[in-house]
Formats: sequence, C-alpha cells, structure tokens
Amino acid sequence: MSKKIDNRQIFLDPIIKNNPIAVQILGICSVLAVTSQLKTSIVMGLAVIFVVSLSNLFVSLIRNYIPSSIRIIVEMTIIASLVIVADQLIQAFFFSVSKQLSVFVGLIITNCIVMGRAEAFAIKNSPYQSFLDGAGNAIGYALILVIMGAFRELFGAGKLLGYTVFTTVQDGGWYVPNGLLLLAPSGFFLIGVIIWIIQSRIVAKGKA
Amino acid sequence: MPFRKFLEKQEKHFNKGGKLEKFAPFYEMVGTFFYQTSAVSTGKTAMRDALDLKRIMITVVLALLPCIIMMFYNTGYQANVAIAKLQAAGAAVPFTWREDLLLAIGIGFSPESLFANMIHGFLYFIPIYVTVVVIGGAWELLFATIRKHEINESFLVTSLLFPMVLPPTIPIWQAAMAISFGIVFGKEIFGGTGKNIVNPALFSRAFLFFAYPTSMSGDTIWYPISSLVVDGVSGATPLAAAKTTGVINISWWDAFIGIVPGSMGETSVIACLIGAVILVWTKIGSLRIMLSGIAGLAFTVLLFNVLGGDTNPFWSVGVHWHLVLGGFIFGIVFMATDPVSASVTKWGKVIHGFMIGMLTALVRLVNPGYPEGVMLSILFCNVTIPAIDYYFIKRNIKRREVRCAS
Repeated sequence: MSKKIDNRQIFLDPIIKNNPIAVQILGICSVLAVTSQLKTSIVMGLAVIFVVSLSNLFVSLIRNYIPSSIRIIVEMTIIASLVIVADQLIQAFFFSVSKQLSVFVGLIITNCIVMGRAEAFAIKNSPYQSFLDGAGNAIGYALILVIMGAFRELFGAGKLLGYTVFTTVQDGGWYVPNGLLLLAPSGFFLIGVIIWIIQSRIVAKGKA
Repeated sequence: MPFRKFLEKQEKHFNKGGKLEKFAPFYEMVGTFFYQTSAVSTGKTAMRDALDLKRIMITVVLALLPCIIMMFYNTGYQANVAIAKLQAAGAAVPFTWREDLLLAIGIGFSPESLFANMIHGFLYFIPIYVTVVVIGGAWELLFATIRKHEINESFLVTSLLFPMVLPPTIPIWQAAMAISFGIVFGKEIFGGTGKNIVNPALFSRAFLFFAYPTSMSGDTIWYPISSLVVDGVSGATPLAAAKTTGVINISWWDAFIGIVPGSMGETSVIACLIGAVILVWTKIGSLRIMLSGIAGLAFTVLLFNVLGGDTNPFWSVGVHWHLVLGGFIFGIVFMATDPVSASVTKWGKVIHGFMIGMLTALVRLVNPGYPEGVMLSILFCNVTIPAIDYYFIKRNIKRREVRCAS
C-alpha cells in the first residue's frame, strides 16, 4: 500500500460514512428478518460484531500461509467455526432470544459483510488493522440494526425491550400500534429511508 | 378578464430572480388551473395535443362524479338506517358531531329522505377528503418546490380516489398517515407523476390495510356509531358473509345500484359503469384492461363453479355476484386503468386485466385471510407489468426487423 491508512479511519469510516448496510448495501436480508424487536436486534448485532472482528483477525493472522486458490474455503472454515461458537453462546445464555432469531444466527455465515471484509480487507492487511476494520463494519451493521429494531418495536408494538412505552389501545391506552412495522416489508421502507438520509446528508457531502 | 390580468401581474414575482421564485410551481399550478398557459414554445415547431395531463385528470374526475354522488347517498343512507335501527331497538344513539349538526340545522336523519342521506354522507366524506388534500398536497408542494417541478392535477385524482376506497369510519389521522406514505413512497421517490410504478391511492390504502387492519379489515360492516354492537346492526359485509357461509343476505339489484355497506365510493356498480363509459369514450381508460379483467374474474369463478365441488359453499356463487360484490368493478375501471401504472402494450393490457381478474377471484375464493383481493391484485400487477410490457415491446421490435429484412 502506497498510502498509510490511519487506524482511526479504518475503524470509524464504516460506522457511518461507509456503512455496510446503507452505503455498501450488504447484508440486507438479516436486517429485514430480525429487527422486529429491539432485543433480537441487539443480540444479532453483538453476534455479528463478534464474528466479523474475530474472523478478520484470524484470516489476517494466517493470510501469508493461505494459498490463494483455496483461500475462500479457509475463510469459510474460520467464519463457520466462529458462527457456531456465537450460536452456542446465544443458545446457552439467551435461550428465548435464540428461539426468535432461529436460523438467522447460523445464517451469519452467509452474510455478505463477513465474507466481504475477509476478502476485501483481512486477506491483505495486518491483523490489528483487520480487527479494527471488522469491528467497525460490524458496529456499523449493528447500529442500523438497533435503530431499526427500536423504531419497529416502539411504533409497531408500543414497547422497547419488552417494556411498555406507549400503552396500546388493546391494553386500555391511547396508542394504536402500526401493524405494518411488524411485517418484514416495513424493513425495506426503513432501510430505504436510512439509506436516503445517509446518502444525501453524509456521503454526498463527503464527495463535494 | 380581471382575474387573468391579476394573475399575469403576479407572474414577475415568480420568475427567475423574483422574490417568490421558490414558489413558482405553486403559481404555475394556480395559473394553469384556471387558464390555458400563455407560454408558447420557442425554436423548432412543436405541436401539443390539447389532451394534456390536466385535461386527462379532469376527465377522470368527471367520470368519478356518478360514484361520488352515490357515495354521498349510500354512506348517509347506511348511517341513517343504522340510527333508525338503533332507535327502533330502544338503544341510546351516541351522537357524534355529525348527528348534532344534522339536528341543529333541522335536517335530521330519516333514511327515506334523499337530501338527509346525501348531507349525512357528505359529512362523513368531507373531513377525510380535506385531510387528504391538505396533507397530500403539502407533500406534493414540498417535492415540487425542491425539485422545481410543476405541480399537476394527478394529485387531484389521487386525493379523490383515496377517500373513496376507505371505510367511512377511518380515523382522520390514519388517513393522513396513509396519504403521506402513499405520496412519498408510492410516487415521489420514483420521481413524481408519470414515474410511479404503483397507483398511489391504492398504495396508501395498502398501507392502512397492513398497518391498521382493524380499521380496514372489511370483514365487518362499519358502524356509523362506533364501538356499538346491537342485534340487527352488527354483521359481516356481504362479501365476507358470503365467503364464510355461502349465503348472500342482500338482493342483487341493491348490490348493483350500490345500496350496500362497504368502502365509501366503491359500492355502486352502475355508477362505475357510467364512469367507465366516459373513460372509454374519451380514450383515457383502456377498454381492453376492463374487459379482460372481467373475463379473468369470470373465467376463474366459472372454473371453481364447475370443478370446485361442494367443500366450500362460496365456490358455487355465480359470476354475476362476484361482479357486484366488493370493489372489483371500481378497481378495474378506475384503478387498474391508471395510465401511468397500467400496461402500455396491446397484449400487455389483455394480460394485465386478465391477471387482475384472476388474482382477485383467487384471493376471494381460496385465501382465508382476506375477504377482498382487488387492491392487492391490482398492486401486484402494477409491479409485474413492466416485465410483461418489456417482452411485448421486444417482440414487436423483432417482428418489425423481420418485416424490414424481407
């Protein structure tokens, strides 16, 4: 690399300015599936942070020993092992949440962000930088997840983390919950709005 | 004409450099609403069809007029009948501002009086309509001002169609949310009028359908007096009742003329047919879509009539009933033929209409969740039709190439 990239930038850029969901448009499917509640969003976000930062670290550690013809298989093995660890941890400590997340923790392995960062960054950068890059990207992902989870749970059910914020009409309160937000299509609309905001406010300004 | 002079005098403020330059689209809208624009094209000769967007949209509004009149009458009639039933049962009628107003100005609510029915229906319609126009219009104005577009009359039609497919009891704030959603996500993000892939009025309705299903479900009759269930007043809509029991509790002529409960403007088949004649005669609505839609519905229903067996009593209900129940005719006449979101090729239109009819019948006959499928099938076809059009356009190009080569 001709220009030395500063570590701070590696870590902070993907959180908003180069956000994996809003700017790179990766890993949309899991966002639609798990964000109907804040709790599942947080757990999913943590799991992805765990997997991406460590997979980037490990891939980077052995990057000079991997023959390039089989690198994808090696990367997959590392990612898959980490996903299984994350899945087992969630099942052990957050059993009810793991029920709700169902296959989506296992499907982190197919999340484009994980593979994408390993291929695009970890395979040619130092372990520390790779770790920062993975953590930054995963935090960017988790951030969107948490925003969407909070929005969907708050306006879709009047609750946050299961605690009632707006008392719904069914329970004798005033809030009429918006059922659309609990359905997966609302995820598309929300992601669309988030992409719209980030693209027009931050990315467009950065280019100018 | 003093008014025109006044308008032209104001123009300098809205021109480039004027102090109100930002509001130029608004000026444009008001000006061209009353008068033909005085601007002429410069440079090479340009010819314009007199049938511009404005005339198209105003013709649609004219075609909607019979439906609007029936909407006032029927909405008020249903409300007055319910009140009469409540009073006959000796139950207290919880008055809203509408009933208070009707009493105060001495009109009352006799279901026999044409005038009282019309006024009562009008009072149901007008708050929803005003909300939709103000909120939706504000979004239109915002986008037009930012993008420096002209505001055009397509919103006039959207804002009129949308309340007509709502139940009269819809809370005002829900209508406001839905039209905001429909205008922004159904139309403006695609680039505004002429670029929307779905019908914005139906898209708004779909938003309500999924977001607030309790106010939209369509499987129970709306009660003019909310949260009140008395024998003789409560019951399912004719379509939902027919679906569960196979028994239709209204006469065919009532359903044809539109004296049945339902969404405000879509119950009357005859009013829709008058509108259809106007649309087809002025060549704004496509007869091809309307006829193939009816054919698609008839085909599917006949198929179930013949092959369905007797496991589901609703499967033996005839085509003539399917045509008058629910909002199928309204949808196929006014929604499916929307020139922007409908098919543009000759055979694409046939497929488009047929698919809408078929899917509507399938949702009604097979899907246990929704009593009515017109809205969803029209939206679905809106989304799929560009692919079908693409195929036919390609095919036409190929055919012409072959013809040229030979």
